[in-house]
Amino acid sequence: MAIPLTYNLRNLVVRRTTTVMTALGIALTVAVLLAVLALVDGLRVTLATSGDPRHVLVMRKGATSELTSLVTRMQFQDLKFKQGIATGADGQPLASVELITIISLAAEGSDTGDNVTIRGLMPAGIAMRHNVRLVSGRWFRQGVYEAVVGKSLSDRYPDARLGKKLRMGRSDWTIVGVMDASGGAQASEIWGDVNQVSADWNRVLYLSSALVEAPDAVTAKALVNSIGDDTRLDLGAQMETDYFAQQTQSATPIEYTGIFVAVIMAVGSSFAAMNTMYAAVARRAREIGTLRVLGFSKLSILTSFWLESVLLAGLGGVAGCLLVLPLNGHTTEVGANFSQLAFAFHITPGSMLAGVLFAIALGSVGGLFPAAAAARKEILSALRET
Amino acid sequence: MSEPIIETRNLTKEFLRDEFHVVALKDVTLEIPQGEFVTLMGPSGSGKSTLLHLIAAMDRPTGGEIRVLGHNLRELTDREIAHWRNENVGFIFQQFNLLPVLTALENVELPLKLTHLNKAERLEHAATALNLVGLGDRLGHFPRQLSGGQEQRVAIARAIVTDPALILADEPTGNLDAASAQEVLTILSKLNKDFGKTIVMVTHDPHAAHFATRVHHLEKGELMPDAA
Repeated sequence: MAIPLTYNLRNLVVRRTTTVMTALGIALTVAVLLAVLALVDGLRVTLATSGDPRHVLVMRKGATSELTSLVTRMQFQDLKFKQGIATGADGQPLASVELITIISLAAEGSDTGDNVTIRGLMPAGIAMRHNVRLVSGRWFRQGVYEAVVGKSLSDRYPDARLGKKLRMGRSDWTIVGVMDASGGAQASEIWGDVNQVSADWNRVLYLSSALVEAPDAVTAKALVNSIGDDTRLDLGAQMETDYFAQQTQSATPIEYTGIFVAVIMAVGSSFAAMNTMYAAVARRAREIGTLRVLGFSKLSILTSFWLESVLLAGLGGVAGCLLVLPLNGHTTEVGANFSQLAFAFHITPGSMLAGVLFAIALGSVGGLFPAAAAARKEILSALRET
Repeated sequence: MSEPIIETRNLTKEFLRDEFHVVALKDVTLEIPQGEFVTLMGPSGSGKSTLLHLIAAMDRPTGGEIRVLGHNLRELTDREIAHWRNENVGFIFQQFNLLPVLTALENVELPLKLTHLNKAERLEHAATALNLVGLGDRLGHFPRQLSGGQEQRVAIARAIVTDPALILADEPTGNLDAASAQEVLTILSKLNKDFGKTIVMVTHDPHAAHFATRVHHLEKGELMPDAA
């Protein structure tokens, strides 16, 4: 049987200052890692909930984002009567040609502007976004300079609040409503009538993209192929869900940078744990000698000191989770495809478990060498150390 | 005379210290019968502690033979020695060497962790051993809450809790006042007389030697012939 864990736990309590300092170092490392993972996860959740499996996004062939795409009104006229597109309550096809552009808005307390997405869309475009609902005000009317802003924007930019007039294109637009998108990316956009937006930006004939809805996901997939194969249309189509999944690639650099920083910090924390454990081994040399005299094997000594390091690091891991927990649900923004996208930090039990395991891995590596040094001590020399 | 529990033949321990060749023990031939209370006496550096460490297999001889409780210690591996020591030897240190973060009861329970006893049995045995040394009312005390004499009595309880045949003590009264030393020696004598334990004790103290049934003197690593 092994040396009791009580022995290690009480030793951690006895040298509480070094325990707290070392655990804090590990906690900060875990907190950085978890914050990055929560950021990336939040972005992915936002983008994943933005797409609908019945939606097909139509863009210029080869375009990777709506901002760089071009769809003409003539193409849209041919597109909206394609077989497989569902019809709305008004008997019209559920298809919306849309213009996407960006404006610069200054956040509260900031002099510099952020790029914000403006989407001009048809009434069918609103009807198709089932995750979008008004939280205050009303929808914009056709033919007037009225806009509805996403809740994330309204919260962040003072100029984009309900009732304000916002300078966009060549006109002043009245903010008549605020919409929410159940965590979707649409909460970071400003919507207006497609005809007004295209006129104001001098793009009446050349718009950005079209969104169509099929009755179900299977038909939507068939529609993607049908549009792609239509040489007369000369447009590319993809499932809206696939489009947003590709947009999550914007999170990759953040993820890699964060993990890189966490790894650098992890090396430092691991050395801190190692240093603490080497000091513990040196201070408890006589106890090690005594345990050997009592009959505990070298392996028992190694396991005991290694476990102490793992416990110390585990403590740091839990502290790291607690440190980062207040970030959960906190909304932030990131530049995605030249415009701002708001999303919330998303901390899951899985990521917290990963954080604790990461800390334990640090403690395991850092504790192994001091534990081996403890096990290697000769009984008599250990007993003679003071 | 009973069967010898410890037999050494030409036992030698040499080592290098700062490039000097040191002979700590030279050709010691000795037999200690079962049930004896033996003291090893001699000036500092005479090799008495070295002999005790070799008997406990805490160190390896460089020459000669040593058999303890029928085992040739030179033939055992580190792991076998650890197991053998736990089962057969109780060791008492001059500086008590209790683990400061464990209570008296937990310190005494420690060697039983290596046995097949369950938790309740271990605690019962540990409490019995502490009662035997008169510390039944100090089970939950940490070493820092005990006097030197009490600490040494806890160490004796730890040494006897596995019911070993052999108890080895390295200057057990060296750090104690006269009254505490007397208590400790009385307990050791009782363990020898009432429980038949074989005891080998290293000491400088001539008074302590009075409790022994046999006294061996060492000088410069050699066993003095008058005591052999």
